[in-house]
This record gives sequence, C-alpha cells and structure tokens, in this order.
Amino acid sequence: MRKSTKHSLVKEKNKMTNTYRYLPDTEQDKKEMLDFIGVSSIEDLFADIPAEVRLTEELNIPDAQSEPEVLKSFSKLAQKNINADQYPIFLGAGTYDHYIPSVVDHMISRSEFYTAYTPYQPEISQGELQAIFEFQSMVCELTGMDAANASMYDQFTALAEAASLAIGQTKRSKVLVSKSVHPESRQILTTVARGQNYGVGEIGLSVDVTDLEQLKAELNKDVAAVIVQYPNFFGSIEDLAAIKELAEANGSLLIVSSNPLALGLLQTPGKLGADIVVGDMQPLGIPMSFGGPHCGYFAVNKKYIRKIPGRIIGQTTDDNGNRGFVLTLQAREQHIRREKATSNICSNQALNALASSICMSALGKKGIREMAMQNIEKADYTAKSLQSKGFTVVNESAFFNEFVVELPRSVKEANAKLLEAGIIGGYDLGIDYGKENQMLVAVTEQRTKEEIDQFVGALEAVING
Amino acid sequence: MAEYNELIFEVTRPGRVGYSLPKSDVASINLEDKFPKHLIRDEEAELPEVAELDLVRHYTALSNKNHGVDNGFYPLGSCTMKYNPKVNEVVARYPGFSRVHPYQASETIQGALELLYNLQEELAVITGMDLVTLQPSAGAQGEWTGLMMVRAYHESRGDGDTRKTVLVPDSAHGTNPASAAVAGYDIVTIPSKENGLVDVEALKAKLDEIGGSVAALMLTNPNTVGLFEQEIVEIAKVVHEAGGLLYYDGANTNAIMGKTTPGCMGFDIVHLNLHKTFTGPHGGGGPGSGPVGVKKEIIPFLPVPRIEKEGDKFVLNSNHPQSIGRVKGYYGNFGINVRAYAYIRTMGPVGLREVSEGAVLHANYLFKKLEPYFDAPFKQLCKHEFVLSGDKQKKLGVRTLDIAKRLLDFGYHPPTIYFPLIVSECMMIEPTETESKETMDAFAEVLIQIAKEVEENPDTVLEAPHTTIIGRLDEVAAARNQIVRYTKPEAAKVAVEA
Repeated sequence: MRKSTKHSLVKEKNKMTNTYRYLPDTEQDKKEMLDFIGVSSIEDLFADIPAEVRLTEELNIPDAQSEPEVLKSFSKLAQKNINADQYPIFLGAGTYDHYIPSVVDHMISRSEFYTAYTPYQPEISQGELQAIFEFQSMVCELTGMDAANASMYDQFTALAEAASLAIGQTKRSKVLVSKSVHPESRQILTTVARGQNYGVGEIGLSVDVTDLEQLKAELNKDVAAVIVQYPNFFGSIEDLAAIKELAEANGSLLIVSSNPLALGLLQTPGKLGADIVVGDMQPLGIPMSFGGPHCGYFAVNKKYIRKIPGRIIGQTTDDNGNRGFVLTLQAREQHIRREKATSNICSNQALNALASSICMSALGKKGIREMAMQNIEKADYTAKSLQSKGFTVVNESAFFNEFVVELPRSVKEANAKLLEAGIIGGYDLGIDYGKENQMLVAVTEQRTKEEIDQFVGALEAVING
Repeated sequence: MAEYNELIFEVTRPGRVGYSLPKSDVASINLEDKFPKHLIRDEEAELPEVAELDLVRHYTALSNKNHGVDNGFYPLGSCTMKYNPKVNEVVARYPGFSRVHPYQASETIQGALELLYNLQEELAVITGMDLVTLQPSAGAQGEWTGLMMVRAYHESRGDGDTRKTVLVPDSAHGTNPASAAVAGYDIVTIPSKENGLVDVEALKAKLDEIGGSVAALMLTNPNTVGLFEQEIVEIAKVVHEAGGLLYYDGANTNAIMGKTTPGCMGFDIVHLNLHKTFTGPHGGGGPGSGPVGVKKEIIPFLPVPRIEKEGDKFVLNSNHPQSIGRVKGYYGNFGINVRAYAYIRTMGPVGLREVSEGAVLHANYLFKKLEPYFDAPFKQLCKHEFVLSGDKQKKLGVRTLDIAKRLLDFGYHPPTIYFPLIVSECMMIEPTETESKETMDAFAEVLIQIAKEVEENPDTVLEAPHTTIIGRLDEVAAARNQIVRYTKPEAAKVAVEA
C-alpha cells in the first residue's frame, strides 16, 4: 500500500517515531494533511471550540502503559478475584457456570464478526445476518414461539420490555409479576414501569411457586399481563398451564421468563400458551463475566411481531432470486420512528447471540437434552445428599438445576466457611426474601460428584462446627 | 471453492454431534418420576446436528461474508468504527474476569470492583462530570437512564408534574426522542439553522413559550453533522435559566477528548458509548456499554448498586434512597468495560488527546478531498465527521443509496446514509484516527471515481453492487413475507418417544 515516497519520508523522519501503535500519522502525514486542508496547526482545527470551554491542561488520568504493562497490570487485577476455575461454584441465581465448547470462543473471535457493526449493508453483512436469522430460529425452537428478535441487553431488561409491550397492546394499566421471578427482573421492571407510568403488582408465593389463589384474586380488567419465570428463581417449575388458564380468562397476556437450557427438556412455554417468552442465553455459550455482557432473548406469538423491540432479521431474495437476509420490519425502530418507536433499543448483544448460536449448534438436538438432564440429576443428587445429612430442602415442586436449602445458621456465615474450604457457596435469600438461613444452591453439569460431596461435607461441617 | 449458502439446519445430519460432556457420575433419573407429564417437552427442539468441523466450516464461511474494521475501511458516521485493539480481547478473557460470578462475596471480587471503580473515576475526568455509573448496556439505555434521573431530579424539587417535555434538535440521533419517550416525556423538536447548528433563537422562543414545562434539552456536541455547537455556553445558560437540565449524547466524544468536556460546556448528564470512542468492539451490533456521568446535583439519583470505596476496600452499595433504582442486571456489560479500561490505560491522557486530534484532522482532510465533487451543505471546519449531500448526483438520476452500493464493489463499507434527516441524500463520513492517510486517499479516489461514473456511466452505479456475493435484496418482500425463522419441513418432524 505504501507508495514510493516512503523512502524519502523515512530519511527525514528517522528520529521521530510514533508513540501510539493505534495512531498511524507520522509528523510528515500530519504536515501533508494540514497543508492540504490549508491550516497551519492541529490547534487551528479546534478553533471552533470557544476558549471558555477549552481545557488548558491534559486530562488528569494515569499515563499510558505499554502492552506488556497492560497485560501485567490487568493480570494482577484479575488475580485479585476468585474465579470458577479455582473454586467449584454452587452459585447461580440467573448466571451459571456451564460447559462452553472451545469452538464458541474461536468462532466469535473471527474479527469479521466482532469488528463489524449492525448489518445496515446486507450485501457485505450476510454472515452476521444469517447467523442472527439462525439464532432467531433456535430461540423459536426452544421456546415454541413463532418469532424472535436479534437479542436484548439481558433477561431482566427483556422482561421489562415484554411488560411494556403488553401494556401497549392491551391498553391496560398494570402488570402482575410473581415474587418467584428474579428479584433483579422485578427491580428493573419497577424502574421501567415508572418511566412509562404503568403499575406493577406482585403476587406472593405458595412455598416455592406462585400463589395461584392470590393471582386469581388480583386479576381484573386493569391487568395487561401476568409475568412468571420457568424454572422460577428458586429452581421450581411453575405450572404454566394453570397460570395460562387464569390469565386468559382475564384477557391478560402471559409473559414467561425462561432459562433456555431448561427448555431442552421442559414443555415449551409456547405450547403452554405464553404470549411472550424472554430470558437469557447466558447458560448456552456465554461466560459469567461478572454479570455481563450476557444476552437477552425475546420471542413472541406471531400476532405481536410488529410490536417486538429491537432488530429482526428476515429472509428474502436478491434481484437474481438468491436467498439472502436483511434487517426487517424496521418501521418499528427508533432510527425510523423516533419517539413513536416500539423501544429505544439500538445496539444489542449481537456477538453474544452469535456465541449462543454456535453453542446451541455444537450441543445440538442431543447435547442440549443431555446437558439439561445432567443439571437435573446433579441438583437432585445434591438435594438428596443434603437431606440425608438432615438438611431441609424447601422446594415442594420439581426443580431444574437449583433448589433452596434451609440452614440452621445464616447463609452469610455458611458461605464464609465454605470459602475457607475452597468452595463458592450458594445465593443468600436473606438479601431479597428476608430468609437469612435459606441458600439457593445451583448445581450444573460442571460440578462433579466429588465436588458435590465436598460441598455437602463442608456444609455439614459448617453447621456442626 | 463452491459458494456456500447453507443454513446450519441444512447441513444437519441426524446423529452427528459437536460437543463432549463427561458421563454423568450421579444417579440417573426418570424425568416422568420428577416432573408432571404436561410440563415435559413432547417434541424435541430442532437444533442442528453437526460435527465440530462442520460447525467451524459453517461459521467460517459466514464470517467470510461479513465486512468488519479488520477487513477494510468502515467510515460509518456516528458509529466511530475505529480499530479494535487485540490486547483488549486478551485481557477480557482472563479467567479472573470471565469466570467470575456477579454474586460472589465482596472479598472475592476486589479486582473486578477496583477496575470498575477506576474506570468510573477516569471517565468522570474525561467527561468533566462528578460521578459515573457503568450500568447501562449501550448508548440508548444510557440515555434512558439519564432521562429517568432528569425526571427524579425534577420530582425531588416538586416540578415532576409540570416539567413533562424534552427538547431534541431535529438533527438528533433517533434514540434521543425514543429514549425520552420511554422515560415518559413528550418531545418537542428544535430546528437547526442553514449552517447546521441549533437555532438558538428558535430555542429561546420555545423556552419563552413553554420553558416552565421543559425538563431537559438533549444535545450532541459536536452534533450529528460533525459541527461544534459554538453557542453551547449560551444554549446551556438559557436552558438552565428556564429550569431545564442539559443532557449530552456522548456518541461523538471521539472529537473532544482532552480538548473540552461536556462538564466545561455546562452539561449536567452525559452518556458515553464505550463501544465507539473506547474501542468496544462493535460485535456485529453489540454488546456495547453506555456509562452515564452526572454533575453533583444529580448524584443522589444515580442507579443502584453503586461501586464505592471504603478505606482500601471496594464495595457495592444499594443504599441510596433517592436512586432511580436498578436499570440493568448486575453491574453493566463488565467485559466491555474491561476492554475500554485497557484502551484508556494504553492511551493515557496524551494519547486520548491525540486520538481526538487525529480524528478531527482526518475528517477535515477527507472532507477537503471530497467536497469539490459532491454538495457540501456545511463548508466549514468539521470535527470528527462530516456530511455530504448526494443532491448533485440525484439530479443525474443516481441516489445516495446507489453510491453506497457502488462503494461495496471496491471493498469499502459505505458511510451512514440518509442520516441526519436534515440533509437530503445525506452521506455521513467518519474516518476515525486509526486509519492511515493512504487508506483515506484511496477511499477518496474511489468516491471521486464514482462521482465521475454518475456523470459518464450512471448505470454502473445504478446497478451496483457488481462484485458482492449477493445483489440488492428485496426489503419490501422481507417485510411482507415475514420469514423470520427457519422451519423444518413438517413431515420430517419426529415426536419424542414417550
């Protein structure tokens, strides 16, 4: 690429080397460009910024680091954390330690994917567009729904968007959300609902699942949607069929937040009557990464397709009849509709949607069932082991890969002791449910029998100790 | 090699697998003994069945049909498609970051919290704000978070019921009015002048008329046509005098680092797009990260949890009663924040200033090269990006869309087109500081050649692209037919054995 002028430039400039490897301009380049523009200095290009708002000193942040220094200082920071490679982890509550096939990170590291942006130019973005079309298809397969979008920020914001869709669709004034829905989902829903001026009512628990009697009592013509989680926050499987019956009789939509791995074995929310299904793809191919980026999904019954937030990819043909993919139904979106858009979402979590597509393809039809089954079996084994040591398991309904165990002392104390034993313990239900002695325990396929036995033994020692 | 056009579902062969799990080492379970029958799946999910190499070939083939910054020039205005440093990718994948659970005990996540705390502090310096939250996932969510704080601020002063309007210039990003609407606001549009800048007289007139109902003005500076709003001090003054707040859309921060800050300009609330200015990367559409910085008076309303320092320990604190609440799961898109922090560490204060200087130098250089061949609605100094109009070409029957498609033939990603809406046949070009002079020269030559083609041989442009793997796609049919998922032919579906 470099032209023949290179040699003469080198001669002039061999005492001047650039400092920053991401900035290509040499002094000679700068001079040539300034000359061409017709100004004498870079400063002249900033003459339009009034003096009274100009900085007079450099930004007060630490000096630049070389690449080896960056690697070293970040490694030091990373080592101040305890990670799941070091300690077996029994913490879930919406984010899980699962097997991620090595092929996933390799494929998403192809920079044709990760250095591109939203596929506005379909002719040179068919790779991304097709990958997301496949993602939408797999989400539909797992949820049993007709259409899905190209991703949301996370399961929590996806759930709030679903509630807003239901409010807009039904013109009713509130949603009902079960307390067995993830606490962060409910918190974000509350923030979003305040913005859009609709109400949020909470339905209490019947032990480990939604209290259907209370739900029945609270349903009225103001209720746009009933929101439940499947499996719920405590790992238990809600009876969607019974909930659908109540919601439908009231003309309310059924919104289900669902762990896609569990849907490898559970009946699809679609078949059980869900109108909108949301959730997070994190269990399928996305690292825990201290809580993000993960990848929300959003799937609907076909009649709501024009109300979906965010990007949707559709199949079409080019002028020669070849199959191709494009961003479609864009008239819903903010760049066209501005304040009348179905949502303000623009950037989504596309690269993580790609990661989960690759993971779903690697696991495939058989693998997702096998992985889901191992989660059920290992959680079941752990619960039974704990019971055999005299612990009480709170769940009365069947659970997926999580359950609640009652301890004779606080989870906080127990977790501190577990940590000393080299184990990351479960989630403290004292935080959101006021049950200081109840621990939400997650057991994925990653946990070996040996680790589970250690966990049970350590918990027993904590209690006795 | 033959062209590959299969869907992953079409290369599926029953029986193939692409995974490897250890055999279960605990007792097996009969699903029906545990779950009610009606809650057990009765039909298998039709996920692909491929061997690992099939999978690798498939996604490699797809990647080959995609253009990223690493493939070539990508001057997509407003999106800051700069180079994505590789060291960022390495550090974000350290197990100490990627294999950490968000609910781990505070003493086991001190490194993560320290990183986030430092990033907050440094972004506050870069924006001239007093405190920053890293929670929002992307720019649009940052805008909404900011506007929810605007709302909480006015409510705290008893003005919540009267201040129901957000002012947005007609040149604003589409997310601005959309985010304001989602935060419960009515939108009033402020016109731009002929010179591309906000019409301050019109703004004043509007404030005289409805000032008491104005909650905030949202502004991008430099604005979306790449010009610095030189009357920013006056704008800030009149909005503040009317009792409104000033919201800064930080999409264009790449132009001003180390030169000025939104804080200096008088803004109260700022969002940044870490996937733009701070090398995200863009990921094919995300994930991004949209931190929000605020001035002192707005601090009480920041979302929870906040990351704070107590002595030499870092803690998460949700005990802020005036907070707007939670806006995003956990603590934001951590992995993107790690990358942005690596970038800031790599550049330092001088480097970031040189980034903005380079971005502005490049935009002015490329503008000067192209300006004689197209309509240039704003013939003046630009910042990090500039707009051209294809009106001159349109008169010859060739639209900006056609010019964009013709650029594809030369291996370039086209500029942003038809935005901002105030410029007809708009092309919005942002070269960024990481592109070399040679790259810009070559791009300019091609665009000039296309301008000549429009005059001499318009069909070449009208029928473009000629070299891409696929021609222009029928978007109308896509919207009409609504094929948004693959469906396996019905007959081939197999019920799960009971």
